[in-house]
Amino acid sequence: MVAVRETVKTVGEVEKYKYGFTTDIESDKAPLGLTEETVRFISAKKNEPDWLLEWRLSAFRRWLTMDEPKWAKVSYPPIDFQDAYYYAAPKQSAKLNSLDEVDPKLLETYKKLGIPLTEQKMLAGVAVDAVFDSVSVVTTFKEKLREVGVIFCPMSEAVRDHPELVKKYLGSVVPTSDNFYATLNSAVFSEGSFVYIPEGVRCPMELSTYFRINEKQTGQFERTLIIAEKGSYVSYLEGCTAPQRDENQLHAAVVELVALDDAEIKYSTVQNWYPGDEDGKGGIYNFVTKRGDCRGVNSKISWTQVETGSAITWKYPSCILRGDNSRGEFYSIAISNGRQQVDSGTKMIHLGRNTSSRIISKGISAGRSSNTYRGLVSVHRKAENVRNFTQCDSLLIGDRCSAHTVPYIETKNPTAVLEHEATTSKISDDQLFYCMQRGIGEEEAVALIVNGFCRDVLQQLPMEFAVEAQKLVGISLEGSVG
Amino acid sequence: MLEIENLHVKVDGKEILKGIDLHIRAGEFHAIMGPNGSGKSTLSYALAGREGYEITEGAVRFRGQDLTAMNVDERAAAGLFLAFQYPIEIPGVTTMTFLKTALNAQRKARGEDELDAVRFLKLVREKAKPLNVSDDMLRRALNVGFSGGEKKRAEVLQMALLEPALAVLDETDSGLDIDALKTVAAGVNALRSPERAMLVITHYQRLLDYIVPDMVHVLSGGRIVKTGGKDLAHELEKTGYAAYGADAA
Repeated sequence: MVAVRETVKTVGEVEKYKYGFTTDIESDKAPLGLTEETVRFISAKKNEPDWLLEWRLSAFRRWLTMDEPKWAKVSYPPIDFQDAYYYAAPKQSAKLNSLDEVDPKLLETYKKLGIPLTEQKMLAGVAVDAVFDSVSVVTTFKEKLREVGVIFCPMSEAVRDHPELVKKYLGSVVPTSDNFYATLNSAVFSEGSFVYIPEGVRCPMELSTYFRINEKQTGQFERTLIIAEKGSYVSYLEGCTAPQRDENQLHAAVVELVALDDAEIKYSTVQNWYPGDEDGKGGIYNFVTKRGDCRGVNSKISWTQVETGSAITWKYPSCILRGDNSRGEFYSIAISNGRQQVDSGTKMIHLGRNTSSRIISKGISAGRSSNTYRGLVSVHRKAENVRNFTQCDSLLIGDRCSAHTVPYIETKNPTAVLEHEATTSKISDDQLFYCMQRGIGEEEAVALIVNGFCRDVLQQLPMEFAVEAQKLVGISLEGSVG
Repeated sequence: MLEIENLHVKVDGKEILKGIDLHIRAGEFHAIMGPNGSGKSTLSYALAGREGYEITEGAVRFRGQDLTAMNVDERAAAGLFLAFQYPIEIPGVTTMTFLKTALNAQRKARGEDELDAVRFLKLVREKAKPLNVSDDMLRRALNVGFSGGEKKRAEVLQMALLEPALAVLDETDSGLDIDALKTVAAGVNALRSPERAMLVITHYQRLLDYIVPDMVHVLSGGRIVKTGGKDLAHELEKTGYAAYGADAA
């Protein structure tokens, strides 16, 4: 199995290196494979300070001693970690002249998702007219953020401009020893976002809008760190409803969130990575570690995700409810079709007193896919008066897919109240017939019923994405009935 | 409007309808009565195109078109509406959303422009009022937790909104108390028009006191064994279905 994939022809070709190792950091790509030299290469490319290089190296050395975890309900051919490139320069600017040069199937998906024309151009790598004021829109956003002291920049910039903040918080929620893929990420992470909200500030806009205007860096090992100081608020959305292809098969991102006293972080994800062909070959593996630390009293972190892509999705956005009265929430829609595999869920770790958590998971399986919810609700001995509500619902479409639920509930404190509800259902023929008898076509009926099933979660998404997400749900289930 | 000729329908390998002939013209109101197992629901499902209801012989023409060649949703867009005996629940989908999706889907199929949210809301409220369908009911998930009466009123609301050419009402009176029955009947009667035809399927004569038919057919053992005017319904009340032969199925 080759871990390198070809980019979609529409975004141009990236050259593959054939020749061996070189210390020349002028080249825009690290040589094939992963050794200590690769880590040094990446760090040097980014002009990182010594402390960060050492941080990476200690992670790398640890990684060498670790074994890949095998307990998830996913199966894939062994990954050859030496058969991949661990660094590539940022994508070149637009290579195409017009939308006419773009794969029509891709355009059709953009259209179905309701993505505006200019954004379609950006996503497909087409040069955007100078007349379009994308530059000025970005400038306006930057101004607004600067006015209130919000820092929102690429991780590499943060390391350079705000090293004290990065040093303080990086690895404090997901330590380099955490798990195989997080350790790997710590060694070779190349990009990601850094967000800092100063005390008392309510971030004036959703950081999703900002992303869409900027050309998003699709890194394979993204590292994101969000810090919300006392009394602050931020809503952040990563990802894209538009289908995303990438030359790298393995995506192992790490996201760390820190919420201090009375602060709130709302983190939403829409993921539609390439799921592979009809046989499931060539799709992206999305092995992500995401964790939020409700460090402060009365702090709150909520994760909302809509996962429809990737060949394999393996992630458990979690919350550590450390501060008293803190709250963690997890809302998820995970759709699998074709031969996709999903093993996803959350962990709510209750350490503080009067902490609460809420989990709503909607898994939809179609085609020949496999969809597993794996969740942990854990209550520490000293955590008094904990409340948890968990609802995990599975919907099966067709008779060749599967849904599994693996809930873990561990409590060491008798005052905890933990509720767990689970349902499994099928889209019944009766429901489809009823919809169709009212004139609704079969695929639209499936989308309608599934969106109804997912309503509780869709309501949690930032407004503009809720609409796109609904359409995405419909698109991901195309061809699943019959 | 509807021409059924020698219709034979099989369900699960068993022949239920054994040669039905029925002609319904625009503006007419027909009732089909019959004992359990006579094939009443089979007829309505076969007309709607439900999977599993196999037409083995005969023809059905609807407004000049071969109905059997059309998909379920195509038949709906062509003007066929089936009011279900047991309306289906669709969790998470509000009545309002469902109505809008259905109406716009049909308008699109007919090449008409879709209604925007504002126009649609106005239209729905207009149609909902005489049926006592509240805003609250419109916001609830379709049929989820609805009482029998609420379900049937929701069916009539859908009919009022979609304005079908032919409405097939499958045991619309089942599960209704007198007041609900009167409301539903009033709603149905309000939809009478010279361009529209209705086929009411029922066990009991009671509904036909409120929705007075032009013709009554008795279905027994998969065949129409008698046809008459509205008085036939009263006769049946007296004699029961045995007079028309409980057919060995």
